[in-house]
Amino acid sequence: MSDQPAVRAEGISRTFGEVKALDGMDLVVEKGQVVGLLGPNGAGKTTMVRILSTLLKPTAGHAEVAGFDVVKQANQVRRMIGLTGQYAAVDEYLTGRENLRMFGDLFHLTPAYVKARSAELLTSFDLEDAADRPARTYSGGMRRRLDLAASLIARPEILFLDEPTTGLDPRSRLGMWQVINDLVADGTTVLLTTQYLEEADQLAQDIVVIDHGHVIAHGTAEQLKDQIGGDRIEVTLRDGAAAERAALALGSVVSGQPIIEGKKVSAPVSGGSVVLVGAIRALDLEQIEITDIMLRRPTLDDVFMSLTGHLAEDEAQRPEPTRRRGARRR
Amino acid sequence: MSAITVGRPVALRRPIYGWALHDGFVVARRNLIQTLRVPELLFFSLVQPVIFVLLFAYVFGGAIPIPGDGASSADAANAYRQYLMPGIFGQTVAFAAAASTVGLAEDMSRGIIDRFRALPMSPSAVLLGRTFADAVRQILVLTVLSITGLLVGWRINNGIVSAILAYALLLFFAYTVAWVGAWIGLSVPNPETANTAGLAWLFPLTFLSNAFVPISSMPDWLQPIAAYNPISTLVLATRELFGNPTGTQPQYWSLDHAALYTLISCAVLIAIFAPLAVRKYRNATAR
Repeated sequence: MSDQPAVRAEGISRTFGEVKALDGMDLVVEKGQVVGLLGPNGAGKTTMVRILSTLLKPTAGHAEVAGFDVVKQANQVRRMIGLTGQYAAVDEYLTGRENLRMFGDLFHLTPAYVKARSAELLTSFDLEDAADRPARTYSGGMRRRLDLAASLIARPEILFLDEPTTGLDPRSRLGMWQVINDLVADGTTVLLTTQYLEEADQLAQDIVVIDHGHVIAHGTAEQLKDQIGGDRIEVTLRDGAAAERAALALGSVVSGQPIIEGKKVSAPVSGGSVVLVGAIRALDLEQIEITDIMLRRPTLDDVFMSLTGHLAEDEAQRPEPTRRRGARRR
Repeated sequence: MSAITVGRPVALRRPIYGWALHDGFVVARRNLIQTLRVPELLFFSLVQPVIFVLLFAYVFGGAIPIPGDGASSADAANAYRQYLMPGIFGQTVAFAAAASTVGLAEDMSRGIIDRFRALPMSPSAVLLGRTFADAVRQILVLTVLSITGLLVGWRINNGIVSAILAYALLLFFAYTVAWVGAWIGLSVPNPETANTAGLAWLFPLTFLSNAFVPISSMPDWLQPIAAYNPISTLVLATRELFGNPTGTQPQYWSLDHAALYTLISCAVLIAIFAPLAVRKYRNATAR
């Protein structure tokens, strides 16, 4: 299996009754790569991870993980992978150390190895002080770290992370990102799913955008951004009610379809900073008050919008740190 | 991550008893640790049967005569306590099934079941561990119950060997119904339903038996049902092994061979429900 890709999936489909969760999904993850599976809720990300981690059988298609068939050689696949799902899959009543011991034992590793590896993981995930407390006393971030540690007990070659930071507070999220980046530096192949565009941008070299159960775009973050052209103008209005009028007013200075997100209106532009002056004039003429105006590189939000015609995620459930900041330039 | 100090994973050699038992013990250890971490749950699971002993011994005690025992009215209450205790034992171990139902339903409602299923472990281990731990917990319950029984006047009259056989039969029965409970726990949609579904079948099952009243006191059409109820034969066999009064039995093969019929019933139930439960588990997903 030396030069096989870590993950190779062809034409994976999965239906649940009438619902087509996956519809001919193809995916290749090379060894040592970090691939981000990006899509809105219900796009099929979790279904794909569940199929690749042998929890679910595909209704059609073929997938290999580390060279093993996920259906016919499920147990061999399980030996090679670690899985961290959307919920911390640890036992609440067991301590952190007992949890790691249990999963190590179930991986059929020697007690000496499990003990040493547990201690190492507890230290590097900053859980040493809490190691002998039941996991139900842990904070959300600590549980996620313990969950990730449990996935790593047998040093898997391939790690599946299904929305690893969903529901975490900003600080814990940054902590998880750090941990994941360290793993990647260690050479682990990672397939992560996320509905946070910023997360895919931060963690993954390669991004696979999926919607309605199949791939709609594929490339590095920069490639995807280049797909929709150059800089964008972004205007923050004092009053969100004026957004439609503002979009109309900007029509003469921008080079593409404006996108409205609450009080923000953004659109692709060509011609650099001179369009800023034109935009301010156009808005002033319509007597639309603005609080901020800027030029920026496109974000993956813009990519998603231009690919699918809808936003990647529900604004209401998006936690604070991934909200687009006016000051941020990438 | 900090410097790697631990080398590559070292695999365990396959134990002679196989991976299923190895993994089952690991899961059983987890379930027993859980029991110790929630002493309140353990406490109340002990209180309930003890209350049953006291209620039946003192409230119903004199009202239910044990036919064929020939005890004088003064001894009637004491005779009933002798008769009652094996009934309470039987009822209690049967209700152990509810713990398996709720425990598995709770596992299923959490992400941990996905982690188990993504591990290269035996697919029957989660269920082996659960049923084994639930049966082991009954050792403690039976101990507390026996002490309570001794305090209200119940006695072991047939020697230590028979008594050990009686307890062994009770634990085997507990293990058997744990599989039925496990199957129910995997079949219900959520832990709340498990709470009700786990108990619903146990009340008719235990009361349609000789646990509290002699079968001969039941209407004719009910007697065969009670006679072939494995709880009846379990309780009858336990009474015989403890040397407690059994009352007179109507003529049924199951009652004439109480211990044998109980063992056969247990074997049949496990042969049916263990594969059903493992199948459910393999196809299950976290809910």
